Amino acid sequence: MSLLMRRQPADELQQQMTRFRREMDQLFGRWTLGQESWPGLAVSYPTLNLREDEDFIYAEAELPGQKLADLEITVTGDNRLTIQGERKEPTEVQGEWHRRERGLGRFERTLDLPVSMDTSKVEASLENGILCIKLAKSPQAKPRKIPVKAG
Amino acid sequence: MPATSTLAKKETGESTLPEATRGGIFFTPRVDIYETSDEVVLLCDMPGASATDIDVTFERGELSLYGKVAPRPAATLCEEYAVGDFYRTFSIASAIDSDRISAECQDGVLCVHLPKQEQAKPKRITVAAS
Repeated sequence: MSLLMRRQPADELQQQMTRFRREMDQLFGRWTLGQESWPGLAVSYPTLNLREDEDFIYAEAELPGQKLADLEITVTGDNRLTIQGERKEPTEVQGEWHRRERGLGRFERTLDLPVSMDTSKVEASLENGILCIKLAKSPQAKPRKIPVKAG
Repeated sequence: MPATSTLAKKETGESTLPEATRGGIFFTPRVDIYETSDEVVLLCDMPGASATDIDVTFERGELSLYGKVAPRPAATLCEEYAVGDFYRTFSIASAIDSDRISAECQDGVLCVHLPKQEQAKPKRITVAAS
């Protein structure tokens, strides 16, 4: 308990939580906390990681085996991001399945971003199964520096 | 508690080392495996690993798949998955011709072909009408 009672900055606590989760991931596999508890039991797919800098929000998802052309990425309103696609059944398979853990079928993920976007500036790339969507923040959503004058 | 202080020390170390996850943390990639009359094919999801980052080794009847994933910028707004290397091993039956095992990788999916030995392939016996 002394760990939780200690006063510490929020980011340090977050780091400890991330570390704890990684250790759990190592023990039980990757889909343990709050997400899929077992391969094939989809809760939300694809899972997303979001980060931002001053001008952009970057949404990243793992979509192995997908082609960018087969994905439909839309931004509606000024902040709602939707990713749609389908993981198709491999066509060349003629034989008997031993294991099927990867899952297939249609997926759709909708997400409300925390700030409004400039919808004309959305870029997406897909490399080695990692989808990266770069969304430009609208000018009013960008941080502004307010000069402080000495009174 | 001494354990707490060790953990705290490690954490401070980690904040200056963004690649600390390399210390032996691996995720188990998901696989599909199917068998045809000629071969066993293994499909493995390794998002983030390119063909040059993947090691497929076969030793003493054990096939191991290792995908090294380059670290990506930390997800500061929302983190739904963690990034790390992939590792998984399979024991392979002796009916597989280990010299002809081949692998390719496309769009983050590794495909390993395990060809069967000639004597393990099914043979069709023609039934003659008597």
